[in-house]
Amino acid sequence: MTVILNEGDSAGTAGAAQGSPVDAAPEPDKAMTRGRLVLIRFMRNKLALIGLIIIVAMYLLAFVGPLLSQWSYEDRDYSAFLQPPYADHIFGTDNIGTDMFAQTMRGLQKSLIIGLLVALISTTVAAIVGATAGYFLGVADKALMWVVDLLLVLPSFLIIAILSPWFRGKSWWLLVLMLAAFQWMITARIVRGMTLTLKEREFVKAARFMGQPARTIIAKHIVPNMASLLIIDATINVASAVLAETGLSYFGFGVQSPDVSLGTLIGNFATSATTFPWLFLFPAGFLVVFVLAVNWVGDGLRDALDPTSTRVRRKEKKDTKEKAA
Amino acid sequence: MTSSEILFDSPADPVVEGPVLQVEDLHVSFPSEAGRVQAVRGLSYEVSPGEVLGIVGESGSGKSVSSLAVMGLLPESARISGSIKFQGRELIGRTDAELSKIRGRRISMVFQDPLSALTPVYTVGDQIAEAILVHRGGAVSKQAANKRAVELLDLVGIPNAAERAKAFPHEFSGGMRQRAVIAMAIANDPDLIIADEPTTALDVTVQAQVLQLLETAQEVTGAGIVIITHDLGVVAGFADRLMVMYAGRAVETGKVDEIYQQPRMPYTLGLLGSIPRLDVGEKQALVPIVGQPPSLTDLPPGCPFAPRCPMVVDACHTAEPPLIDVDGSAEHRAACIRTGEIAATETEGAEAAAEIFGAEVIEEAEIAKVPREQRETVLELDGLVKEYAVNKGVVFKRRVGTVHAVAGISFDIREGETLGLVGESGCGKTTTLMEILGLEKPMGGEISVLGTNVSSLDSKRRFEIRRDMSVVFQDPMASLDPRLTINDVIAEPMQVHGYSKADINRRVPELMKLVGLRPEQLSRYPGEFSGGQRQRIGIARALALEPKLVVLDEPVSALDVSIQAGVINLLEELKSKLGLAYLFVAHDLSVVRHIADRVAVMYLGKIIEIGEVNRVFDAPRHPYTQALLSAIPIPDPVKERQRERIILTGDLPSPANPPSGCRFRTRCFLHASLPPEKQRVCIEVEPPREVQAEDHEAACHFAQIRQVL
Repeated sequence: MTVILNEGDSAGTAGAAQGSPVDAAPEPDKAMTRGRLVLIRFMRNKLALIGLIIIVAMYLLAFVGPLLSQWSYEDRDYSAFLQPPYADHIFGTDNIGTDMFAQTMRGLQKSLIIGLLVALISTTVAAIVGATAGYFLGVADKALMWVVDLLLVLPSFLIIAILSPWFRGKSWWLLVLMLAAFQWMITARIVRGMTLTLKEREFVKAARFMGQPARTIIAKHIVPNMASLLIIDATINVASAVLAETGLSYFGFGVQSPDVSLGTLIGNFATSATTFPWLFLFPAGFLVVFVLAVNWVGDGLRDALDPTSTRVRRKEKKDTKEKAA
Repeated sequence: MTSSEILFDSPADPVVEGPVLQVEDLHVSFPSEAGRVQAVRGLSYEVSPGEVLGIVGESGSGKSVSSLAVMGLLPESARISGSIKFQGRELIGRTDAELSKIRGRRISMVFQDPLSALTPVYTVGDQIAEAILVHRGGAVSKQAANKRAVELLDLVGIPNAAERAKAFPHEFSGGMRQRAVIAMAIANDPDLIIADEPTTALDVTVQAQVLQLLETAQEVTGAGIVIITHDLGVVAGFADRLMVMYAGRAVETGKVDEIYQQPRMPYTLGLLGSIPRLDVGEKQALVPIVGQPPSLTDLPPGCPFAPRCPMVVDACHTAEPPLIDVDGSAEHRAACIRTGEIAATETEGAEAAAEIFGAEVIEEAEIAKVPREQRETVLELDGLVKEYAVNKGVVFKRRVGTVHAVAGISFDIREGETLGLVGESGCGKTTTLMEILGLEKPMGGEISVLGTNVSSLDSKRRFEIRRDMSVVFQDPMASLDPRLTINDVIAEPMQVHGYSKADINRRVPELMKLVGLRPEQLSRYPGEFSGGQRQRIGIARALALEPKLVVLDEPVSALDVSIQAGVINLLEELKSKLGLAYLFVAHDLSVVRHIADRVAVMYLGKIIEIGEVNRVFDAPRHPYTQALLSAIPIPDPVKERQRERIILTGDLPSPANPPSGCRFRTRCFLHASLPPEKQRVCIEVEPPREVQAEDHEAACHFAQIRQVL
């Protein structure tokens, strides 16, 4: 009986024909998990790997660094005012003798935590709200979109600025929630639109007809198919949340003294940028490098998660050619 | 039609003797990631005035690329060498501006997708007038061009042409758009028309209209026609000569009759054997061609078809065979070293293909031997109705009309049985499917699955019933989640229905083997599979829960013919092995004849004829069934030329406003031939479905048998 035939037997698949290593050597008899595949593909992207290392290093530095330093951000060294970097104070000191390294690390801690949390919260909220509205339509859609529209017309910077006296002295968590609350709406609208088109795709219908409950369909089929969008969005959100936080803190509305963030540091020392550059350059430099690294990682993740993306494979090809040469 | 012939003045240039188009040793290559793709490798052919050349091949065989090269429409990155002579003048190496003077005037093209071939922001009439003005701007006034545009639309059979010329492309149906494109193509009385899959996107009835129109266009202009298609049936009655392409080269050329009756290249044989025949009543063995076309980046030496060829010998791998004359005929040439042996086989055409490729007729299921009445009813529809409201207004929505998508249909499917549901697009097939699969209480009528009425289901019972019913969709690209591995895709229904992890891990590789795929491929993503393989994965997913009923929504219409045969064979085999019942929705009646036991023909939301498949196809009673059947091309040039074709006029009426009485009367040839008092019956009384013969019902007041095959 030659009836059941395998079209892939002789010529292989399109992917194999392109010589992609993922296809060429699948482990026999064992299904590779999706997570592993994504990891392999991510590791292949050098820039993303560098970005990831930078981010991990920054978090380590921000949390471990202060423990190794003899100075705390609240201590003052009355023997050193406005000193440029030297052995005792590796980032120098400011006009009241506070160690800049301790201050920058403390600021970095705050900014990193706030940025990450805001991005996570706002992207999650956007995905849930957008997908729910788009999938169920009807009343849920109307109500949720009304909230979105309402939040969109409110000037967020102004509101946080006005509310800032109220959360003075309270936990910085409030700031995180406030920032997140004003950052998810546009993404939610995009997610809703994408859900509307994804919903009509046959694999979603197939899942519905096999009895898959709606929330599983959203979690398993709809949201993962928007992964690139959500990851890029989360990346931009980390960057913009850090920037929004620094912006607010710069004007004194965000993180309140005695606590410091990169924003308060940049704000305090912006005027001394030309005269005492170490005061300004260290916090500003960390901010720039961090945002850049987050963007690289976002790029790499998108390529790794997207099976249709050819960038990883393309790079691989060039590498092998170079090696051959 | 005679009046319109005056329209076409004699060409400005004197007619050149000899062929209109002469292509010699054409090579086309494109750059790609994996190296240069040799899309066309040494192609030679010619077209004489008034001749129709059919170019046939699978997707990726270089058939479209070679004709785009003739038009000079290839992207800049393409490297072209060889010679393309149009009326003795070389086209290769000319600038785009020079080619533009020839394009659209002397050579014109009809594309596959008529919607993207027309600009949405201009009226159809303006676009045709533009085609005239661009080339004869000096000689023709704008008014004259507009007048001619209307005449052309009239010529291609668009009713009320003067009015319709002012319409925009989106206001035209698919068939009308393709007519408008053809009108544009013949506007300047070209000497060569290239039609690239002109009917692939259209319904069968419309396909018949368009093919007839192309014939008319050829008669009127006397142009040579190159028609490109993947469907050997389409060109059988239309083309004079045929060229079969494979991997960028012609592998067989010759007169249509010779190629269909004495194919001498195994690939042509396979193509012929893979088409289900409408005119074959008994079970026919379909030939699937194993494997996929080779990658055109670096072809191994030898015959490119060798890896898929059942007749391959060692000598095939040494050198690529040239086109050689076969059967002593100078016109019939094939590129195979074993043509002599193929000629020596006793059988001819499709039977020879089945013999050489070793295809066998698939055994019937055990359950099919039990009389129909004694089998369990798997699905029963009784007067199913589905209507959509047409609303207007933004703030205050008001109902302005109702779309009667499904207007009361009834049928039943027994265990181990296949019911083919056929009809033009827009007739309500898909709506019916969605109603069945939704398992919600219908607007009217009743749906029963395995004896359980759907209206009375609670959500728990509904969930249980989903186990017994699964679906395979048309588009293999869209039906698998691109983010899941094949393993996850096939495991999903089992996870939903609470199978244990161990069971799933055991069953998934089993299912892969069952549909003819290797379990090692489980960790790959759908994007890495071909269309046919993906459809197999979709089938594996549908079978995961061991359902009793599988609903198939055009499962093979998106696949190439050779791949299609493999999937049809798989479906048949699974049915016989697992005793499945199929609800098979299709617009291709030859596929339905091959696979279905019973067939139901739908028109505008109603079933107008239903019955045992051979009874309906051999003795159709309803004029619509007769028209549908006569529109399906048969891959046999002799039969095809003798066949009388019933061409339906116009398009499907809107289901929002169906005609009174018999819904088909507006397009019915029988109705038109009746005396007025009988016509009144058609207009006033809706015909009920009446028993015509054993297991054969039709809904027509004046039903009579008419042979159309």
